[in-house]
Order: sequence, then structure tokens, then C-alpha cells
Amino acid sequence: MDFGEALGLALREEMRRDPRVFVIGEDIVLGVPFGVTKGLVDEFGPDRVLNAPISESAIVGSAMGAAMTGLVPVVDMHFADFVTCAMDEVVNQIAKSRYMFGGQIDCPLTLRMPYGIGKSAGGHHSNSVEAWFVNTPGLKICVPSTPADGRGLLKTAIRDPDPVLVFEHRGLYRVPGAVPGAETLVPLGSADVKRAGRDVTVIATARMVHESLEAARRLAEEGIEVEVVDPRSLVPLDRETLAASVRKTNRVVIAEEGPMRGSVGAWLAWVVMEDCFDDLDAPIGRVAAPDVPIPFSPPLEAFVMPNADTVVAAVRQALK
Amino acid sequence: MTAGSCAGSTNARCYDAGAVTPPGPDLLLSMYAGMFRVRAFEERARELFANGRIPGFLHTSVGQEAVAVGVAAALRPDDYVLSNHRGHGHLVAKGGSLRGLMAELYGKATGICHGKGGTMHIADASVGYLGANGVLAAGCVLAPGVGLSIRHRKSGQVVVTLFGDGAANRGPFHEGVNLAALWTLPVVFVCENNRWASTTAHADSTAGGAIAARAAGYGIPGESVDGNDVLAVHGAVSRAVARARAGSGPSLVEAHTIRWVGHFEGDPQAYRSKEEAAEGRRRDPIARLRALLDARGLLDAAGAERIRAGVAAEIDDAVAHAEASPLPDGAAALTDLFVHYPWTD
Repeated sequence: MDFGEALGLALREEMRRDPRVFVIGEDIVLGVPFGVTKGLVDEFGPDRVLNAPISESAIVGSAMGAAMTGLVPVVDMHFADFVTCAMDEVVNQIAKSRYMFGGQIDCPLTLRMPYGIGKSAGGHHSNSVEAWFVNTPGLKICVPSTPADGRGLLKTAIRDPDPVLVFEHRGLYRVPGAVPGAETLVPLGSADVKRAGRDVTVIATARMVHESLEAARRLAEEGIEVEVVDPRSLVPLDRETLAASVRKTNRVVIAEEGPMRGSVGAWLAWVVMEDCFDDLDAPIGRVAAPDVPIPFSPPLEAFVMPNADTVVAAVRQALK
Repeated sequence: MTAGSCAGSTNARCYDAGAVTPPGPDLLLSMYAGMFRVRAFEERARELFANGRIPGFLHTSVGQEAVAVGVAAALRPDDYVLSNHRGHGHLVAKGGSLRGLMAELYGKATGICHGKGGTMHIADASVGYLGANGVLAAGCVLAPGVGLSIRHRKSGQVVVTLFGDGAANRGPFHEGVNLAALWTLPVVFVCENNRWASTTAHADSTAGGAIAARAAGYGIPGESVDGNDVLAVHGAVSRAVARARAGSGPSLVEAHTIRWVGHFEGDPQAYRSKEEAAEGRRRDPIARLRALLDARGLLDAAGAERIRAGVAAEIDDAVAHAEASPLPDGAAALTDLFVHYPWTD
């Protein structure tokens, strides 16, 4: 089962389990462009698979209105880039309402955020915007990297009584992986060691988990054992699993796809420093995109896209 | 009646007038007391703010009481209201706790939001008041979702979202009206046109003139009423509510009113003539209803005094409660963000 199918399965399972769950977004009846919601309308009908007009503010805002009054919406953001058209709803309304109202009104909704670089999608369809929301108190944030994690985290997000953003790297949708037959939830705040190693810890999210595993395979041929740790959720963050790995390896590289400045990786570097300063034998290394918009032409796009090569280089630097 | 038959009309007669019963004596008296309560609350809040008892900044609705009360009187207790930055009156009219509201304005721990919201971010879930809002037109996109929930639960409720004429120039107004109309949702959009978008005149910010006429573009009824006439507001909103409850979809009501006071307390109002506030006073919605009650022999001087004294006592009690309440501990700032905190940092 591929990542996209696993996410679709999670939606189907949760919609069967709870009649309050509905999905809303642009083109979701056909499941264009990534296919995750394809076929849901056949089982659940158009009242629970709401094909919305291109009105991001109304899509996200109405999801919040529904969540405040008893439903459990799952928004398909189409491309995470378009959340800019609903920033007030996400940042000022969804993230703050429970807090500002003194806990009177919950907001149990999920935003699915297809994101990431690839296939010459260009500057308006390629952004990694997780950092904006990590910097917004009141939101929980998942970044799954495998079909099993995608299914387990999306199900957890839908059941969570608070707003959760699930970042789905669009380069992963067709990546296959094992998915447990029985229903398996992945809790928030639970990092996963994707590969054990003794020499360097690479903390990576989403597509960069796969690139880091490829880097680890290459480096293993030289006798360098890389440990790849996937936080899986950024808010809450499993600091203990990250720290346990760093205490073992004493060297860290943080790999993400977003731009270098003001990013998730910058914050994770501070977390590692705070928790493990005395354990570090080298400066914390970072892999990220350069601070430019994502360009269109294939060689330009390839240049800014972090990959296994850049992870290998960062690991070598951390071992110097 | 179908949406099509009313599309774009600004004529009240396009509604099914039979759906709405004219207010009887009890409702008239209750609307009078309601407007009196909103006015007295706002006037006291202004005074407390001027005396430094209320922190932050304050937008009051003095002069606009007929909109708050006319809307609330058209609703069931379980109907929802989404409000805006000038929302105290909407909450008072909806039946919110004066103690909880006043203590919230004070920033006290006993405030209905524990002091985390304050004047512009108050909700009272117990009366269906889903929040004031510091962002203009924000409620216009929340409302369709509340409508979806109402329809899913088959509860027969409606949701009213109130916003100003300035907010009608934001995208969410248009996105929200379009979605509610497209999906025939039980939403009533009420534009409280007080002639000013903060300090910018309606004519300097709004193309096309009438906000109500924008309903035509979305194929829903739009009605323009004298927002200083509580009966006119109640009538128009009642028709819109009846339509929404019957499953016929949303309506837009534009209520023309006059802000007696500044955009915010302390606003020197250099942008407008003193004549406008004087006009507002000449068209005082409370005095107008009082004249009607007099004419019908429904309220004598003793009755009016009983209402005045009763409201004054309620507000005195709310102020005393707020004064006596403790401020929150600073560390309470770290609570209420999430239902579940599955972590400890």
C-alpha cells in the first residue's frame, strides 16, 4: 500500500467509525490531484465529502464553525501553499479560539497539508510551510514519512480533540510501505528510530527521512553507522527519543526540506542544544533548502532540493 | 418561497410576511428592557474604562442597541451568534451573564474566558454566542460551517453572523455568503452599517452603495432596514430566520444605524461632524420604542422606572462582582490552549 492509499484508508476508517467526521476541500470528490480522497463519495455521499468552491477562507473557516458545534471536519488543503489564503482562519481563529474563550469551545479539526518540492511545480506549489505553524501556539503538527505512520497519525489527528495539521509530502504519495492489517494508531509526540546507528544521529522529517536512509546505506559501506530519527510529530515533540539518540552518538545532523532560515530545523537544533549540550562532540549540522523560492526549471529545482548527497556531506562534516 | 423569487431584492415584501408574527406586548417590553440593558452596560463600561478599571481598548455600541436586541429577539435560545469587535451588546442581548462579561472586561479570573479573551474575544457557549472577533468578517466564514453542523444534527437551529459595513469589503464576507448560498445553509448575515469603517466613511470605502444589494450577486434575499428601529430589525431578521429554519437558505440584512461614540473609547472623532452623533440621538432607538409603548399604553412612568432600576441593579451587581474578583495568576496564561496535552514541556 502506498502513502496516499494509506491516508485514504485512514479517512475511510474514521468516517466509518464516527458519523461526525466529514471531509471538505477543492476537487475532493475526484481526488484531484493526489487521489487520497478518491472514491470516498461512493461510500459516504456528497453530504460527507464536500466538494467546495475555490474559497480557502470559507473552506477552513467553515470547518472551524462545524468543529465548534459538534462535527469533526477533515480539510484537504489541496496544496499547503494555498493555506496563505486562509491564514486568518488557521492562525487567528482555529489556533486561538479555545484559549481565548477560556477553554469553553473545542475545535477538533484536521487540516491535511500536501506540501513539498518536486516535479517542477514551481514557486506556488512547492513550499514547506510547517515552520509557520510550529511558530503558532495552539496547533498540533504531524509530519508522517511512511504509509503506516501516515495512516496511524491521520487517524490520531482526526480523533484528537484539538486542531491538528498533517503535512503530507506530495513526493511520498506513491511510495509503498507495509501497513499493519489491524488498526494501529500512532500517538502524537512519539518519535521513531527508522534506522539504528552509533556514529551520527540524523533527525529528519517526511521525504528527508527517505533521503537520510539512503545516505545511511551509502555511509554504512564505509563503516559509518547513521541513526535516523523521525520525530513524526513536531507539536508535541518527543524530546526524549531525540535526546536518547544524541546521547548515544554525540553528533547530530538535522535534515528538512524547508528553507534554512527561521525553520523547524533551527528550532530542533536549539532543542538538542538545550537537552544535550554536554553530550555534543561537534557542532549541530543542518540540511535545508537555500533561502530562495522554489524555482521551476529542473536543474534549478534539483539544485535547491536537499537529498541523500547533501545529507552524506553534512554527516561527514559532523564527523570531522 | 424559493431563493430565486427573492434574488437580489431589497424589498421586504419579497419575504413571506405570514411567517412572522408582529411582536406582542410582552416582546415589545422585553425588547425595551433589552435595549436599556445594552445601553446601560455600555455606558457603564465606558465610564469604567475612562476611570482605568478596564485594561486594553474598548469598542462600544452605544446608539446601535436596536440591532443587537432586534436580532436576539428573533432567535431561539439555542440559536448561534457570531459577533465582532463591537460585540458586548450582542452578548448582553443574547442573554449572556453580565457578571461573566463584566469580569472578562476587567481581565479577572472570574471572567467568562478567565481573562484570556477580553472585550474583543469573548465567547459564551452557554447561550450559543460563538465569539466576538478581532478580525473583521471572520464570522462570515465560520457561519457556513455552523450551518453545516446544524443541518447534520437536524436541530432546526440557525446561526446569525453580525459584521460591520467595513467588513463587507473583506474577502471572507464574499466567500462566506457564496458558500452559505451555494449549500442553502441556515445562516443569517446581518450587516450593522454604522457609516464608518473605523475612521473611514462608508462612501470612501465601499463601491456600489448598498451592502444589501450584494445579496443579488449570490441569489439570496437582501433587505435594508432602519437599524435604529428595533421593530424593523426584528421583522427583517425574523423573516430571514424563518427562511433559514425552513431550509430555504441564507439571507442578508443590512441595518442602517449610527454610532454615537467613537470607533474606540478615546477616539477624538476628528473625521466626522458632531451633527452625526446628534442625529443618532434624535433617532435614539430606545426613545423611539418608548414612544410606541407610551402610545399603546403599555408602559407608564412607574413601569419604566422599574425597568431602569432593575437594569441598574443588574449592572451594579456585575460591576461589584468584577471589582471583588481576583486577577488571574500569571501562570494561568499557560492553560486552556489544548484539551489534551500529551506532553509535559
